[in-house]
This record gives sequence, structure tokens and C-alpha cells, in this order.
Amino acid sequence: MQELIVILIDGLVFSSYLFMVAVGMTVIFGVMKILNVTHGSFYAFGAYMSATLIGAYYQTDWHEFGGFLAIFAAAIIIGVVLGIIIERGVLKFLYDKDEHLIVLATFALFLVLEDVLLLIWGTDPYFAFEPMGLLGAVDIVEMTFDVYSLTLIGLAAIVGISLWLGLTRTKWGKLLLAVIYDREISQAMGINVAVVFTVTFVIGAMLGALGGAYIAPTISVNPGIGVEVTVLAFAVVVIGGMGSIPGAMIGALLVGISRAVAVHKFPEIELFVIYAIMAGVLALRPEGLFAPAKVRKI
Amino acid sequence: MNILKKPGKAALLATGLAAAVGMTAGIANAADTVKMAVPTFLTGAGAPAFGVPARNGAEVIIEAINKGNLPAPYSGKGLAGRQIEALIYDESGGGVKQVAEFRNKVQKQGVDLVVGYISSGTCAAITPVAEELKVLTIFPICGTPRIFEEINKNPKYVFRTMGHATADGVAEAMYVKANMPGVTGYTGINQNYAWGQDSWRDFDLAMKQLVPAAAVSEKAQWPKIFSGQYGAEISALMLSKEKLVHSSLWGGDLEAFIFQASARGLFRKKDVLFSVADTSVYRLGKKNPFGSILGARGPYGIFAADEKSPLNIWFRKVYQDRYSVPPVGGSYQAAQGVLAAKFAYDKAAAANGGKFPSQDQVIAALEGATFQGVAAPVHMNRSGGHQAATKHMIGVLEWDKENGQPIMTNVAEFGSDCVMPPSGVNGTEWLKGGMKGAKC
Repeated sequence: MQELIVILIDGLVFSSYLFMVAVGMTVIFGVMKILNVTHGSFYAFGAYMSATLIGAYYQTDWHEFGGFLAIFAAAIIIGVVLGIIIERGVLKFLYDKDEHLIVLATFALFLVLEDVLLLIWGTDPYFAFEPMGLLGAVDIVEMTFDVYSLTLIGLAAIVGISLWLGLTRTKWGKLLLAVIYDREISQAMGINVAVVFTVTFVIGAMLGALGGAYIAPTISVNPGIGVEVTVLAFAVVVIGGMGSIPGAMIGALLVGISRAVAVHKFPEIELFVIYAIMAGVLALRPEGLFAPAKVRKI
Repeated sequence: MNILKKPGKAALLATGLAAAVGMTAGIANAADTVKMAVPTFLTGAGAPAFGVPARNGAEVIIEAINKGNLPAPYSGKGLAGRQIEALIYDESGGGVKQVAEFRNKVQKQGVDLVVGYISSGTCAAITPVAEELKVLTIFPICGTPRIFEEINKNPKYVFRTMGHATADGVAEAMYVKANMPGVTGYTGINQNYAWGQDSWRDFDLAMKQLVPAAAVSEKAQWPKIFSGQYGAEISALMLSKEKLVHSSLWGGDLEAFIFQASARGLFRKKDVLFSVADTSVYRLGKKNPFGSILGARGPYGIFAADEKSPLNIWFRKVYQDRYSVPPVGGSYQAAQGVLAAKFAYDKAAAANGGKFPSQDQVIAALEGATFQGVAAPVHMNRSGGHQAATKHMIGVLEWDKENGQPIMTNVAEFGSDCVMPPSGVNGTEWLKGGMKGAKC
């Protein structure tokens, strides 16, 4: 029983991590139909900015829990700055181009941004462990868990529910849905699609950056962290159905729990779990588990 | 037609002549130097732990060689009197890219020798190409035993100037045997790729020989390299009944594991043995898992902190002054690779009556030789004189309150002939056969 509960908690924590790194990618794809490879850069920039701000914050005598604000500030700064630069500076010129070309363009941007990271922060790792240390640890079924990692479950739930409510219960969400279904008709109806795209991309960038910013206190922030995340995010988004936020959540849960089972029961196959699930889902449902219905134009 | 009457053409001719003269001068200058390619990770996840420290270590030695101010036992400027022209470049991108870059450096840029490569995968890819292109290639760091046990059993141009992963596993198991008499079982967490798999295999085989009473866990952990998230693995390790945990994690993965495991109290519950954690000890400072058993793949980094040879004292000071951190394992190992070149060129020149030696003479000088590394003597006495063996050191990491820095305590030293398989013997077979011929 203890092992079962531990597997469930480990699975939920990892699922939350997966959801946090994937949700921004699925939001951008859902609205803009862009498979955004620079998503890994948002994660990496978010992590570096978070580590930098947290480091600077704890040099001051301010309240120790204020360091958590640095995490969210990092996500906002990176999301706004990078999001606007990339969307307005590059992507807006490519919207009428073939989607493969856009993928290649975002991949090229990803490579450029990897070098920009090195120019700004260098090759030395950054540590920002203070927030994790502040929250301490808790014993559940005689197993010690660090509270910071458990809060990731809450953060992922808040982000997921907020996005879902925002899309389905607000005027802005309805505008987005209209653009998702038909860009041209939306424009004809007076929706400023360009602004919708920019805002969506910035939100997606912020979510990617928030993933990195929140994970930063638990890792060594060093060059290359965005690469692994891009692959993971892509796998989760594909499993859940590209562009589907509930799909990303279910995909993350499926992969997270399966991986936790593998780690505890069959550790030698852990590496293959995520890809085995992806292959299985794609074989049965090539569009993913929760792919939004496609509008067929006549 | 008299071209001198046309100023434009005259200028063009003059420019062409000047360029030709310049090029000739350039060639003359190039002939006075030794072009040394130094590939190392300058970007990506391998850069902070190994790549950049390795570059720094190589740079310190190369500059000292060129200035002629290396301490004893080295003397004289350059390699056999010629200045080193170092081409330091990025090892990132994988084997295929690096093979292409290797060919480019050798065939187009005309490098005379290559001293570098950190990844075992890159070394494995480069070995046959180096032999094909017939260029002296010194691997200072990569750890897989397969280089001379499987890929090329009879090398001519490729050398490795440090011990391979088998030595690490044997030294670790010997340390456990001597210092943890009550150990009843062991488990592990190693990255699921060549280095992690080789490290675990050799440690496991050595433990089966040296501590047969200790049972191996069936649930040793295999996280993906660069995964960075170890929550489930830490839970599994904490639930396992084995007290000893072996890990060859390195770089960012190691540091992330330490943060996450510390927060959950793993180091209070388990005895953890890290193969290459020296790469992080200075960076982590007080966040280190004190009380853990540590290796540095030989007598390098923090294990050389108290080595009193003039070369080591000089190296640590110059490195610390220049980079504001002490040298770690990768710094020492890369420096050792460059010193191998210095030793071989100078020795070959001396045998050649003081004239600059041919590549074959340099190779002959290095084959089977013993030269002084920064921290310890290096014996090129395995795999036909192409594979090095050095002493090995394992200890327990503690915090030195007086000096405010991490230190190694309870250090055990193992001779090179104790931990490395004898020449010509496959490491895995040697371990399975009971490590016959080991001189401990």
C-alpha cells in the first residue's frame, strides 16, 4: 500500500512537471497552428531568469518568502520580452507560409537562442535552491517528500483550470475559439487576429517560462536544459492531441503515472515508457487522445 | 600589352604579389608551429562540469609550454622547440558531426595532433577515423573501456592518457570492502547511456568479486541522461532495502539529484558513492552531500589538493588565480593530455639529435612511456602502450570549517596495477575471472 501511494504521488508530481512544460506549447499550437520549437528556449530562459532573480533577491534582507515572487516575475519578463520579439519580429512574416517552414524557422530560432543564453549567462550553472529549502519536507506514508515539488501539483492544477475557464467562460476565450475555428471569418467579423496571435504567443511563452522558472530551484540551471524539455513537451502534446489543453493534462498524467510505475517496478524500461505510450497512442489515434475537432471548409 | 601602364591592373598585380608573399610567410610561420586541435564541450550540458574546466586546464598548460615556464620535470619552450598553435573548438553535436569536424581539422586545416574529446561516444566515433587519417590523437578524458578493447585493439595513432571506467569500479568496490564491512546490499542510480551502464557494470562485477556477501538490487535506477527530475527515483531508492547507493551521475544531473535528494533526506538514510562528483564539489560548497563517498576517476581535482609536487602547486595556483575556482578533475585530465604531447615531442626530439621529430618518432616516444602528469605519474603501459594507468583515489567528502571549503577525508589510494586490468586483458573478462594479476 505504501508503495502504491508513493507511486501515485511521484506520478502526480512528474505529471505536473510535464503539464507545466507542455501546456504553453499546446496553447500556441491550438490557436496559431504553430509547432513552436522555441518552447524549450522559453523554458530555459525562464529558468535562468528565475535563478538570477532568486539569487539577487536573497542577497537582500527582504522577507524570505518574497523569493517566490521572483519566480513569477521571471516568467512574466521572459514571456513578454521573448514572446513579443519572436512573434512580432519573425513569426508574423511567416503566417502565410507552409507550416513546415514555420517549424524550421522556430527550430533555427531555438538554436540562436541557445547561443544567446550562453552570451548572457555563460556556461557556469546557476543554483536557486532557497525556495525549495524554505518549504522543507513532509512525511507521507513514512516517505519524505519535499513540499516544493508537491506544490507543483497545485500550480499545474491552477494553470490548467485557469486556462480552461479562460477559454470557455470569458469573452477573450470565445474570441480565441473563433480564431481557432476560422481565422478568416474571425477577421471578417472584426476580430483583430494579429493581436489575438500576439497575446496568445506571449501567454504560451509565459507558460513555458513559468515551467522553467518554477523548476529552477530544484535543478542545476545549465546550458542545454531546453533541449530535453522540447522533446518531452512535444511527446505530451502529441499524446494528448495537439492544441488540446485537457489532452495535455491527460497526456501528462498518463505518462507521469506510467513512468512512476516503471521507475518503481521495472526501472530498466523507464527510458522507453514515454515513447512507448506515444507510439501506442499514435497507432490507435493518430491525432492524439483529445485532438480538437477539425473544421472542414466547403 | 604593358600592364604597368594601367594603374588598376598594376595595383591588382601588386596586391596579388603581396598576398602571395604573405601566404608564403604564413606557411613559413605555420611550419614553425605545431597545430594542436583541442575539442571539448564549450556548449551544452557537458560544458560546465567537464568541457570548460578541461579547456581551462589545457589552456593553462599550453600557454606555459609556449612561454617555457612549466615547472620541473618539464623545461624548454614549445613542443620540441615549436610553439603550439591551439585550435580549441566545441565537441557538441554528436559523433557524426565530430567525425566531420575531425576530418576538416586534419585534412583542410592541417592540424598535427588532436588532444581532446570528453564524451565516450565521441571517442568511440573518432578512433577509427584517427587511425584512418594517421594523425596522432590523444584522448585525455573519455572513460569507456571499449576504445581499445573492442573498437581498435591494435592502435597506432590513438592514445588515452587516463585510466578507463573499469579502474573506477574496482577502486570503488575495494573502498567499500575496506571501509564498509557491514554492507549487505547495494543499488544504484546511473544515467541510461554508455558511461552510466559501463560504470554500473564494472562496479557491480567488482563488488561480486570483492564483496560477494553483498546482494545487488534488482531495481537499480536508470534515469535518462539530462532528465533533471529524480523524484520517483529518489522514492524508489529510499524504499529499497539496500543501504549503499552507487552513482556515476555527473554535471547538471548530479547537481539536480543532490538538491532533490538532500531535500528528501536520502543522504541521511543511505550511504551514497559518487564516481565523478568532484566536478561539482567546489560549486556546491555547503550544499554538498557531506559524508558521501567520492571519486574523481583518479588522483585529480580535489584529491590533488594536498599534492606537494612543484608542478601541481604551480598548476593549482595559476588555475585558481586565472579562473577564480580550483581545478577539478576535467582540468587535470585535459592538462595531463597536453603534457603527454609535451613529453613525447621533447623526448622524440632528444632521440632525434635535437631535430624536430616526425610523427612516427613522437608516437614511438609516447608508446609504453611513463610521464609526469600534473597530479601523479602516468604509465602508458596498457593496450600496446596506448592506454594509460594511474593510481586511483577514493575518499569521504567533508566540510573543512577552518578553511571554509570541501575536503576529502579517509582517503584510500590504489595503485594503477591494482585497479586496471593487465595489458591485453578485457576489463569485463578480468572482473568476471576474479581480477587475476591485480597487484594490490
